[in-house]
Amino acid sequence: MNRDDDCDTAEIAVSIKDITYGYTSIPVLERIDLNVRKGEVIGLLGPNGSGKSTLLKIIAGLIRPSSGSIDFGNRRRGRSNKPVIGYMPQVESIDWDFPITVEEVVALGLWNRSGVMPWSSRYVRERVHKVLEDLGMSSKVKRQIRELSGGEQKRVFLARAIVHGPELMLLDEPTTGADPSTRDDILRILYELSREEGVTIILSTHDIRGVALNLPRVVCLNKRILADGDAKDILTQDNLLRIYGLIDSMSVV
Amino acid sequence: MIEPNTLLQPFQYEFFIRGMIVAILVGGVNGLLGVYIVLRGMSYIGHGLSHAVFGGAVVSHMLSINMYIGAMLWGLISSIVINRVSRSGKVKADAAIGVISTAGFAIGIFLLSSTRSFTRNFEALLFGNILGITYLDMLAIAVVSIVVLAFFLLLNRMMLFTIFDRETAKVYGVRTDAVDLTFSILLAIVVIASMNAIGVTLLAAAIVAPAISARLLTNNFTKLIMLSTVIGAITAFVGMYLSFLFDSASGATIVLFGAGVFAVVSLYTLLHRVYHRHSHGSVVRHKHMHIHRGEHEHHEHHH
Repeated sequence: MNRDDDCDTAEIAVSIKDITYGYTSIPVLERIDLNVRKGEVIGLLGPNGSGKSTLLKIIAGLIRPSSGSIDFGNRRRGRSNKPVIGYMPQVESIDWDFPITVEEVVALGLWNRSGVMPWSSRYVRERVHKVLEDLGMSSKVKRQIRELSGGEQKRVFLARAIVHGPELMLLDEPTTGADPSTRDDILRILYELSREEGVTIILSTHDIRGVALNLPRVVCLNKRILADGDAKDILTQDNLLRIYGLIDSMSVV
Repeated sequence: MIEPNTLLQPFQYEFFIRGMIVAILVGGVNGLLGVYIVLRGMSYIGHGLSHAVFGGAVVSHMLSINMYIGAMLWGLISSIVINRVSRSGKVKADAAIGVISTAGFAIGIFLLSSTRSFTRNFEALLFGNILGITYLDMLAIAVVSIVVLAFFLLLNRMMLFTIFDRETAKVYGVRTDAVDLTFSILLAIVVIASMNAIGVTLLAAAIVAPAISARLLTNNFTKLIMLSTVIGAITAFVGMYLSFLFDSASGATIVLFGAGVFAVVSLYTLLHRVYHRHSHGSVVRHKHMHIHRGEHEHHEHHH
């Protein structure tokens, strides 16, 4: 183990201070404070419309918060204040009929290292193939994305979020629509990235049993942060009731 | 029986050769840009921009400014306005662009009709005419083709990333707004260089038709770009040739031929699909059901 979770001086990767977003009458996010340590894997759990995606977009710099600030700690790499981010949007935002292959999608993650020519450089090709191989997608490299199953589509977008060697990964529902074995695979890969390369990972989910309970740290969100801590400690009946309003008997722990 | 000599006979005229060169280049660059327009689902931008620049052409004629310079200025302003409006969100982009660009077109028609200066030159601008193509037009489209090709090489990846997944592109450092604006400006330049060959009223179809025909034939992005460029060039070449034979407006002939190509390709893909369904039957159907999006699977797990 090269990570010390309990060390107070552990490097802070993301520090969110008092972030509010939305109109005063209908806030989407209210007074969010959150510190994420380098190499941590945390899950944002909450119902639809709870602000999970919005918070990820604010961290990614896609949306400017109404108030509050984000700090990315003492960064060594790069000149800008922002870390290299690996991002995975929700599947709903993707046009699955778009004529693009698995390989091409993943290569987009390296768009600024691809040179001027319309075809990919050797470096890009090799890197893309390596990542797809690690994710068990070697046989699908030349496939169109619409020919893939839900789980395979997830793997492709995860590959694009990994391919450029990010320091921070922001994944919007990376397991929704994936079958249980893909879901477990994705979680395993994320743990490896955090443990071996110190990648900080923030993901959103509404899968309590399959995802949240397997994470070391879960942040329950419904406009405000309702609970934050070890999944097994905070995912209690009471907390779930506060988060979701009512308890779906099927999804309770 | 038509003598081969009859078919080649027009090539002895300089204006004809000039027209054919312009047609190939115009068809090619429009086919290339058409792919991005079709994939973004923004065909109305081509339609809007081509109509808008007509006003600029007429105004510059009235003020005795070189038509290219006037239309270019007008086109740049139009593309910036169209680009802004399509991002504002409050008014739907297609509606706003419809008004702005048609107003630009209306300015041209208003000035022409009120001063009674509607000439054959302007008819060429509206509908395209091989006789309206000058040496300057040929030079302009040659330069524009080189510029478009250079930008295409430079921006291809950024444009692909932007139209496929804008959100992620932004996170990964692509300046998506700048990409959009550059594309609109390129389109404006191409529209202006295509005016005399195809005519502003018919240009939108000439931009879109090769791309949708090519889209039916391939699922590969790089092949799509190349195929659309080639189909665009061939369509314009044949259309221009036919317009000479029939003594018809070149824009109309090119567009009709392009639509014909699209109809044939559609029929071909339809027959191809029907044939495959019959020969592979249930295997194909089963596969399609399986691949249809992850959400179904997800729902099934929940039930």
